[in-house]
Amino acid sequence: MKKFTTTLAALMILGSTSSFADGHKVKVGMITTLSGGGSGLGIDVRDGFMLAIKGNKNISVITKDDQRKPDIAVQLADKMIQSDKVDVLTGIIWSNLAMAVVPATVNQGKFYLSPNAGPSKLAGKGCHKNYFNVAWQNDNLHEAAGGYANSAGFKNSFILAPNYPAGKDALTGYKRYFKGSLAGEIYTKLGQKDYAAEIAQIRASGADSVFFFLPGGMGIGFMKQFSQSGINLPVVGPAFSFDQGILKAVGDAALGVKNTSQWSKDIDNDANKKFVKDFQSEYGRLPSLYASQGYDTGKLLISAMSKAKVKDKDKFRDALRKADFSSTRGKFSFDKNHHPIQDIYVREVIKEGKILTNKIVSVGLKDHSNAYVSECKM
Amino acid sequence: MSSILFFEQLLNGIQFGTMLFLMSAGLTLIFGVMGLINLAHGSFYMIGAFSAALIAGLTGSFWLALLASLSGAAIAGVLIETLIIRRLYRRDHLDQVLATFALILLLSEGVRWCFGAFPLYLDIPENLNGTLPILDDIIYSKYRLFIIFMGLLIATGLYFLITKTRLGVRIRAGQNDRQMISALGVDISKLYTIVFALGASLAGLAGAMIGAIQSVEVGMGEPILILAFVVIVIGGIGSIKGALIGSILVGITDTIGRIFLPELLKIFMEPASATSVGSSIGSMLIYILMALILIIKPSGLFGKT
Repeated sequence: MKKFTTTLAALMILGSTSSFADGHKVKVGMITTLSGGGSGLGIDVRDGFMLAIKGNKNISVITKDDQRKPDIAVQLADKMIQSDKVDVLTGIIWSNLAMAVVPATVNQGKFYLSPNAGPSKLAGKGCHKNYFNVAWQNDNLHEAAGGYANSAGFKNSFILAPNYPAGKDALTGYKRYFKGSLAGEIYTKLGQKDYAAEIAQIRASGADSVFFFLPGGMGIGFMKQFSQSGINLPVVGPAFSFDQGILKAVGDAALGVKNTSQWSKDIDNDANKKFVKDFQSEYGRLPSLYASQGYDTGKLLISAMSKAKVKDKDKFRDALRKADFSSTRGKFSFDKNHHPIQDIYVREVIKEGKILTNKIVSVGLKDHSNAYVSECKM
Repeated sequence: MSSILFFEQLLNGIQFGTMLFLMSAGLTLIFGVMGLINLAHGSFYMIGAFSAALIAGLTGSFWLALLASLSGAAIAGVLIETLIIRRLYRRDHLDQVLATFALILLLSEGVRWCFGAFPLYLDIPENLNGTLPILDDIIYSKYRLFIIFMGLLIATGLYFLITKTRLGVRIRAGQNDRQMISALGVDISKLYTIVFALGASLAGLAGAMIGAIQSVEVGMGEPILILAFVVIVIGGIGSIKGALIGSILVGITDTIGRIFLPELLKIFMEPASATSVGSSIGSMLIYILMALILIIKPSGLFGKT
């Protein structure tokens, strides 16, 4: 028995010393889309995040590809939590994957920092103290688009989005701020590339404007086909279909389109200038809004680590909540449901030399939070 | 619901169908002649689109790009057939499925190594941009009319190739009795390579033509591959005629269904849920069609029983 207790004591000492040594280290599990359709988004988030934590010896990152499949994302999360013993998870791009992974993750006491997906459920009734969204609540950019549509004098919009959680949030967000009537409302298949049928409906609907949310390759197809269709209606959408990674593929069809974003490469602050410059020299391309979100996620993590140890969950959470880092977006803070309060800008697609890019034309919504704060009991 | 809109959607369905035909013709030929289930057929669609985007980027010519898509996919087809696929003809279908699935992964990652993960730019030529008035009130995209025209042209070409030429006779003979035709002194492995390259190049052409109005990106071939399989199951495996009729049927059902079903449901449901339920059922419609056809004709419309 005595032998047993000494061994136990020795083990305990060993345990405590190792936790002392590890106290300032954080193990991050990044699950994101790195192959197949939509991999450009995941790669940008990863690259932005890695740039932010570059040179920081206290953070180790395990990166895995979810292939944009919910079942694979769940498996990866289980493995990272149970056998890799990560402290923080991040990286998921798509809302349907986030819905599959986040609730189980945060209920097991891990932190989840979302660099992209912000489904309404996780902002409202399903909010959790360990879940932080560094990007936006899904509705946000679409709300700003609705606000912009009012100021541009649109009265009758045709709106479309894919049939999945973020698509529903998108149309809800637009309708929440848009005061005019709807000429039509369609949910398309997720991953659909051909919009001939929808464009014919737009032509027949008598709309005076089109709002669409079609992230990734879906939006490229839509914009090209829409501009070929000869329908001369103003288009407004969130930044996802007009961002740096995609503009090149859309081509001149995108010129002049107004889109809404929480980030733009011409936001005038030091953190953003440094980010754009560093990103270009590190990866040889212009950053996208996804990259900026990944970058801010990394900076948020570092700011919390400087205040508290990750094992001390309550202190670490408080440190995260303070959001004490200089964001590429300038002013940034968390609302009560751990989603950002930030400015949403209206941008216009322009040509800088031969490169298509965006410039800010106005602030769409100032210090904007989200509509689900009151539903969140935290 | 106006008749103009209906007619335009019908054209959209036919256009979608002719594209599916280019994919499924190759797939059904390869299955019919070699008995090979080729899951990697969608990769040739992708290779065609990327070759086209590459050449269009270098030369600025859409027509050269189309040519590049045909030859790029054909070259890839010949290489893959002689190096890998040739070893699979004698194996059972499960081995073929496993090996060609592995090919999908290899080719997708390979293309991503060469071109990166971001979609490439490929646009339609200036003189096909815009619309064309067909009848009084109906205006339709010139490029989509061009796609329909190309599809029909290739269908006619294939018809002549199969029925009127020596190669066609051999292909038909290969479909009917593989041992007999090699016993008669036909170089069967060359025939297989030609058929495989032909199928691959048709898929490549489809990839380039569709890539120009959608997006050229890694993994673009897999969604359309699933539809191509639905088409050849409906049309009867191995039958080119079946592939043509099946393609048009699937194209029209899918397009008309996903637009008019929500409208139909709005008559007796509230608009928001009609939209959501309608689009969900709309995307199932072609599979329902397939199930119905298989109940009536278990080997497809033109399949051998």
